[in-house]
Amino acid sequence: MKEQLAKIRAEALSAFESVKDAAALDELRVKYLGKKGELTAVLKQMGRLSAEERPAMGQLANEVRAALESALDAASQKMEAAALELKLKAETVDVTIPGRPVSVGHRHPMNAALDEIKEIFIGMGFTVLDGPEIELAELNFDRLNAEEGHPSRDWSDTFYFDEDSRVMLRSQTSPMQVRAMDSMPLPIRIIAPGRVYRKDEVDATHSPMFHQVEGMVIDKNVTMADLKGTLNLLAEELFGQGTVTRFRPHHFPFTEPSCEMDVQCHKCGGAGCPTCKGEGWIELLGAGMIHPHVLEMAGIDPEEWSGWAFGMGLERTAMRRFKIADLRLIFENDIRFLEQF
Amino acid sequence: MNLSRKWLNEFVKVDIPDREFAEAMTLSGSKVEGVSVEGSEIKNVVVGRVLSLVRHPNSDHMWICQVDAGQTGPIQIVTGAQNVKENDLVPVALDGSTLPGGKEIHTGKLRGELSNGMLCSFAELGLDQRDFPAAYADGIWILSDDPELTGLTVGQDIREAVGLDDHVVEFEITPNRPDCLSVIGLVREVSATFDVPYDLHEPVVKGGGPGALPELLDVETPAADLVPRYTARMVRNVKIAPSPKWMRERLRAMGVRPINNIVDITNYVMLEYGQPMHAFDYRYVNGGKIVVRRAEEGEKLTTLDGREHTLNTNHLVIADEGRAVGLAGIMGGENSEIVDDTADVVFESACFDGTCIRKGALALGMRTEASAKFEKGLDPMNTLPAVNRACELVELLGAGEVVDGVIDILNNVPQPWTVTMDPEKVNALLGTDIDPVDMYCLLERVNILTREKDFPNGPAEVVIPSYRGDVRRLADLAEEVARFEGYNNIPTTLMRGQTTQGGYSPAQKLENKLGALCRTCGYSEIITYSFISPAAYDKILWGKDDAHRKSFKILNPLGEDTSIMRTTTLPSMLEVLGRNWNNRSKAAWLYELGRIYMPKTSTTPVDAGDPALTTAKERLENMGLSGFTEALVDAVNDMGRDDGLADEAQILTLGAYGGGMDFFTMKGAIEALLKSIRAKDVRFEPCAEDPSYHPGRCAYVYSGTDIVGVFGQIHPLAAQNFGVDGELYCAELSFDELLMAQGPDPEYAPLPKFPAVTRDIAVVCGEEVSVGALEAAIRRGAKGLLKEVSLFDIYRGKNLGENRKSVAFNLVLRADDRSLTSEEADADVKSILETLERDCGAVLR
Repeated sequence: MKEQLAKIRAEALSAFESVKDAAALDELRVKYLGKKGELTAVLKQMGRLSAEERPAMGQLANEVRAALESALDAASQKMEAAALELKLKAETVDVTIPGRPVSVGHRHPMNAALDEIKEIFIGMGFTVLDGPEIELAELNFDRLNAEEGHPSRDWSDTFYFDEDSRVMLRSQTSPMQVRAMDSMPLPIRIIAPGRVYRKDEVDATHSPMFHQVEGMVIDKNVTMADLKGTLNLLAEELFGQGTVTRFRPHHFPFTEPSCEMDVQCHKCGGAGCPTCKGEGWIELLGAGMIHPHVLEMAGIDPEEWSGWAFGMGLERTAMRRFKIADLRLIFENDIRFLEQF
Repeated sequence: MNLSRKWLNEFVKVDIPDREFAEAMTLSGSKVEGVSVEGSEIKNVVVGRVLSLVRHPNSDHMWICQVDAGQTGPIQIVTGAQNVKENDLVPVALDGSTLPGGKEIHTGKLRGELSNGMLCSFAELGLDQRDFPAAYADGIWILSDDPELTGLTVGQDIREAVGLDDHVVEFEITPNRPDCLSVIGLVREVSATFDVPYDLHEPVVKGGGPGALPELLDVETPAADLVPRYTARMVRNVKIAPSPKWMRERLRAMGVRPINNIVDITNYVMLEYGQPMHAFDYRYVNGGKIVVRRAEEGEKLTTLDGREHTLNTNHLVIADEGRAVGLAGIMGGENSEIVDDTADVVFESACFDGTCIRKGALALGMRTEASAKFEKGLDPMNTLPAVNRACELVELLGAGEVVDGVIDILNNVPQPWTVTMDPEKVNALLGTDIDPVDMYCLLERVNILTREKDFPNGPAEVVIPSYRGDVRRLADLAEEVARFEGYNNIPTTLMRGQTTQGGYSPAQKLENKLGALCRTCGYSEIITYSFISPAAYDKILWGKDDAHRKSFKILNPLGEDTSIMRTTTLPSMLEVLGRNWNNRSKAAWLYELGRIYMPKTSTTPVDAGDPALTTAKERLENMGLSGFTEALVDAVNDMGRDDGLADEAQILTLGAYGGGMDFFTMKGAIEALLKSIRAKDVRFEPCAEDPSYHPGRCAYVYSGTDIVGVFGQIHPLAAQNFGVDGELYCAELSFDELLMAQGPDPEYAPLPKFPAVTRDIAVVCGEEVSVGALEAAIRRGAKGLLKEVSLFDIYRGKNLGENRKSVAFNLVLRADDRSLTSEEADADVKSILETLERDCGAVLR
């Protein structure tokens, strides 16, 4: 009997070792470990043994069973691993086949640039204001020191809805300064983006409708140094760390002192090239300290409060930001253009 | 404004390269647009002497010249011109030279004879007869024949030899600085910028011309309000001739064509002083009397440019006893023009009202150099020095005899004014820490002076020069200080002070959210013009009397296409879709959040007797507050008043074709949008009456009882009007309605603890029964266990019969507190089926 067990063990282990597939393995399991299997058959002979022999033989039989079961498990695991490997191999895909398209729309580049600007100012505690595009000349001009006779009020420059030149399409976002002063408690920090209109024929750099963003701060002890610091920050956020700016005196009726901010030409680094018309600088925006008379007209005492304001063209900023060569692309809305942003 | 650096250097010496000059001027506020160098296109052209010339052996009109051009030996040049003689000095373009227009000259052979360059005419050097009146027009420019060309040497660069080497700086002058539209104005700015002194010239007139001015000329200014100052002098026995070379050169550099000595003098003085001058022929000033008056209604005048104008009382004219002889401040009259035999001349140097001149010039469509200056408001103190300068130049040029005396009418000459300078406040405004004495020092550079002997250390009155009308208060002084301190020397600081809470309003947050959702759904953003053509309403098939056609109309549009403010965004979207379609883009899914501009309609005004107010009035009066009723009426009327502005509502417009777009694809996006903003009670109802849409493929979008918008397939005829013969889909959703429909912030609901039972049912009903109606019936029929209904199939087939369809739904039933038994679920389904049959005639298939 002992010999029988040893034989079964040797045969079975060798068979498990060399088995090829799951079905064959199952056959072997039945053959050796099944109810009618060889091991069971041997164990059935236990009754014939003497009482002295039985425990030793029983132990031996259990050892053989355990060995066979463990070998069977190992063989089975090995086989499963092989099968899985085979399956995975069969499931291999060509990763260079394009993905199933998920079409996601695109932000218009002009608004993409505006979003960046909004985020910068919101971070500094600014409120975003919207206002009417069909506006009173009083707010667009008179309240901003551009009195009767100012050239920008000409019918050749500004669109009007009535013969008295009272209602117009705003030519700048600056009337939002007045609307903010008239309606908000001090101190004020606002930006006001929106559409503006001027009587320019369409070409590569002009459009009768375009967008500006106005910014204004009114508070105690606001200085021109603050204006410069804030606008420098804006330039760096928009055009990258280390962007070089310069401020030049300029004239706007509603700011004094007034300035324009230039950004050093990205193409030539200030040496002068066709992009910057040889100047080395590209004009970015106009700004200044709010004219005391503008504050007075809004009932704000310029002795107590001061402020600064700026206005910048958004198309031009977007064009510079994304290197768009022709303003007409902005309003043509060609899907092949829009998909680039 | 152009500035000749030679002219500038007459008054202030600044000898630095153009680029540095331009940069410094730009940074002190006189922005330089560009610098051009006269003759810069001319290279390698020199003065040469013709040593000998012989006929060309192979040509009957050419000459072979030996020319000394300052090189080691004579060079041979062939010319076709017939006016060249031995010993003439001529311009010689050497081998490898360039001429204006980029023309290059190289050594070559002309009919077999070597030619090492070219002899030039003045035209070939980019000049014209007015620049050199003595030059021969139809041949080589014989420099040695022109008595004005002196000191010529052989081999000398031609640009230097003929004075074509000025550097001209072009400035952008801001409207607040009309004083800088002159050489002298810019001299002052240059002096202040570089902190070098300038030396202006005081005109000296010898006078002594025949006659006495008061007997010769009388000036009246009945329109005194429009003529702050009128100054005039007379010149007799005028000899009209070309002006001298130095004057012609300067005029040319500044972009003004030389005409004759008298006209050139007026232009010269206008450029130098910024004061427009006018010269009349005295013999046509009838009665020796000049009257500056408003034109009569219908009065006619032909100006120097030959145009006849019919005037009205808004125009200011210069007249004699009987008729107008000039449009004041704009242009002289043809009837008093300086001509070759003019003997006596009146020089007018006046200051006219800027607004009057601007409006006059605009109305007549003739903005001139003079009117452009007047409209900005000139310094009345400038008229006298300018007229004296003109007379001085007359004497210098020997162009006539100046009569002693000046007619000078001062109607409204401003008194000198002062401003209080306060260094501390200037530092506070600029954020600087500039020493007060330094500030006064900077102001002195622009002639803003204190009356005190030493620079003060604190506040002081400063006197403003008459030409600086823009300096009126402290902020203006701060700008002057900043300009010369340098804007770039002002420190940069970040904002301090009370913090404010910034951010987006709820409406702006929704705008951002809707945009992001549209993009997530595959739509790209567009931006379209707010103005459209009135014909756009026809293109979207609106009826001729559609009330929405009432639009804001621009009175002075660029063109018909951009002449009215849109009351619908649909044509803008369709135009963009059409453009993409025509560009053969296979698909375009687009959105725009843009405004429409609706005229406001006034509500009927209420008055204090309005019955609606009676109760309020009685109550107020019982409280002894009778005056409040009027205030209440005013407030109500204020709110309802049409202030002339628009109601600018935002519309979220979707538009798409291609890429699988159809009615239900677009509906899916709209459902996704509404779901994402948690809109309540969303439903869709057919819309057959919107003329722009396909009557069978258009729906209203509802949230509750409010219509949020409309969407569907664009009517094929409308699509055709935009050049599209395929299916276009659009949606127009009111932003205000979306804002109203927006649901409250989400609140967590516990996840179901018990399993759901699902049942699929398919019912057969008539075609006329909508899926929406079936779904509503299912919801009505359920007895509280139904959690979800979803359509999963619609089937039509012969086996169902004519006009019948089978609609299949998946139902999810669940109880929150227990596991459902099959019987419970069946009871609900049974009730649902009964309701379907009863209400919709739908039977289980």
